[in-house]
Amino acid sequence: MTLAPPAMAATREALGPTLVRLREEGLDIVVVDADLGVSTTARVFAAAFPERFFTVGIAEQNMIGVAAGFAAAGKIAVASTFAVFAPGRCFDQIRIAVAHPHLNVKIIGSHGGLTVGEDGISAQAIEDLALISSLPGFTVIVPADVIEAAQAIETALREPGPYYIRCSRAKTPVIYDATYRFQLGKAHLLRPGKDVTVIALGVMVKPALAAAAKLREEGIDCRLLNMATLRLLDEEAIIAAARETGAIVTAEEHLVHCGLGSMVSQVVTANQPVPMGFVGMKDRYAESGAPDQLLEKYGLTADDIAREVRTVLKRKKD
Amino acid sequence: MLAAAGSGHPGGSLSAVEILCALYLCVLRHNPAEPLWPDRDRFILSKGHAVPVLYAVLAECGYFPEEELTTLRKLGSRLQGHAFAYFQPGTEGLRTPIQSPPGIEMCAGSLGQGLSFSIGQALAARLDGRDYRVYCLLGDGELGEGQVWEAALAAAHYSLDNLVAIVDRNRIQNDGFVDDILRTDPLIEKWEAFGWRALDIDGHDLRQVIDALEKARTVKGKPTVIIAHTIKGKGVSFMENTASWHGRAPNREEAERALAELA
Repeated sequence: MTLAPPAMAATREALGPTLVRLREEGLDIVVVDADLGVSTTARVFAAAFPERFFTVGIAEQNMIGVAAGFAAAGKIAVASTFAVFAPGRCFDQIRIAVAHPHLNVKIIGSHGGLTVGEDGISAQAIEDLALISSLPGFTVIVPADVIEAAQAIETALREPGPYYIRCSRAKTPVIYDATYRFQLGKAHLLRPGKDVTVIALGVMVKPALAAAAKLREEGIDCRLLNMATLRLLDEEAIIAAARETGAIVTAEEHLVHCGLGSMVSQVVTANQPVPMGFVGMKDRYAESGAPDQLLEKYGLTADDIAREVRTVLKRKKD
Repeated sequence: MLAAAGSGHPGGSLSAVEILCALYLCVLRHNPAEPLWPDRDRFILSKGHAVPVLYAVLAECGYFPEEELTTLRKLGSRLQGHAFAYFQPGTEGLRTPIQSPPGIEMCAGSLGQGLSFSIGQALAARLDGRDYRVYCLLGDGELGEGQVWEAALAAAHYSLDNLVAIVDRNRIQNDGFVDDILRTDPLIEKWEAFGWRALDIDGHDLRQVIDALEKARTVKGKPTVIIAHTIKGKGVSFMENTASWHGRAPNREEAERALAELA
């Protein structure tokens, strides 16, 4: 039964219910948590399947090791906490216990980015994608809304190997409906266009849509790609965008020097060099504030994307 | 093996010989012909640098050919410098790991991680209704890693009586004596305070090692730790009780002298 999705929902809300549904379908899931199950919604799974939910308290390094042990014993192990803590606090454990042996551990990094809001810098992960993407063998997905998040989590649990899925704390606009089908490793074409391409992911997809609409009024035809799978990137879509539109702007709720922008740059310069622009956190930490205020102050709005597009277009050689 | 490799950790391997022999030759329920037998007891080498003694015992048991031992640490060898296990989805999907080489349960080398991994395996046994036991060997220097104590708390919290930790208390770590670097004594009292049953033995007395492992079977409702008092470099006079033999391989002449003493 599919209900009409709400207008606003947090991607983290997809975790608990999706895990419950998949367990009901027979997947051999266990969840390991570090005292944030209420916030990540992993506790929804705990309520349905208490014998498959294990909290280790505030001990993220142990959490990863326990998840790895479960995976080595044949389970699909989900390890969930805030993105600042995994990969932040247990990077070596993820590297040695999960990535290197290619185990079935699915890490949910919830509360990613600035939209954590008032908790401030220690809770705002703006480098988690850089850390987790550095590990060979990891698949990294940043869903744009709760619909995509549910499908991304399902993909992660059904496919073999290490996965990282970033979720958000704040409610964000629902972009997709029940007909949407997330495709691993394939950027979703949200809007065709020929003048420039905006490649966005996660929280930045909705502002990118608004920016494209604004630019249309100015006569700029913007292609928009939702690059939900960050690792491995859809290189084909990136190269085609470079070739067919001649300019690219990336948009991410993350540091621009070590995330989506830098990884897309590598693909572009190696294959089809074109002018590029970058929207995201510019080499600094944010602060406490309401999510929308933070996105505004630190340059992660639709206006910032539109501005960056106009700047890049000046450098484009026709 | 280490002389052929030109690098490695003889001290901490020699201190664990009796422990490994007791486990693999007397106590563990295992089958070298079926390394992934689901009901096998698990041995997790948390002090991963001591992998030479594990490789030696595994070869002795027939997990892989003895000739392969001289390939340790060489380019292309299955015998990596620290234990390595690779899991790849088999044709049956997600549940079929491939161990390389056979018999190695966990990627080691970064200290403090094995007990956590052991907990996952022990909890999986309980969830699946299997009665296999999980044994984890740690170094005493390794007890400096906070993750060990995260795991110790959790193992007691979950009343994991199918889990046994063994501490190879050879009193020496990379830079010197444990007492000088970061004192961990009193160990028995610490582990008991964390909710474990703690046993104190001579780690080179095979009978004591076996008895302690058997005793651990009878402990209900809590995990057991065996503090094994050992001598780093045991059996080779010029290696005993010195930190310098923690991470240095013997050259050919030293290897020959050592083998002569051990014979």
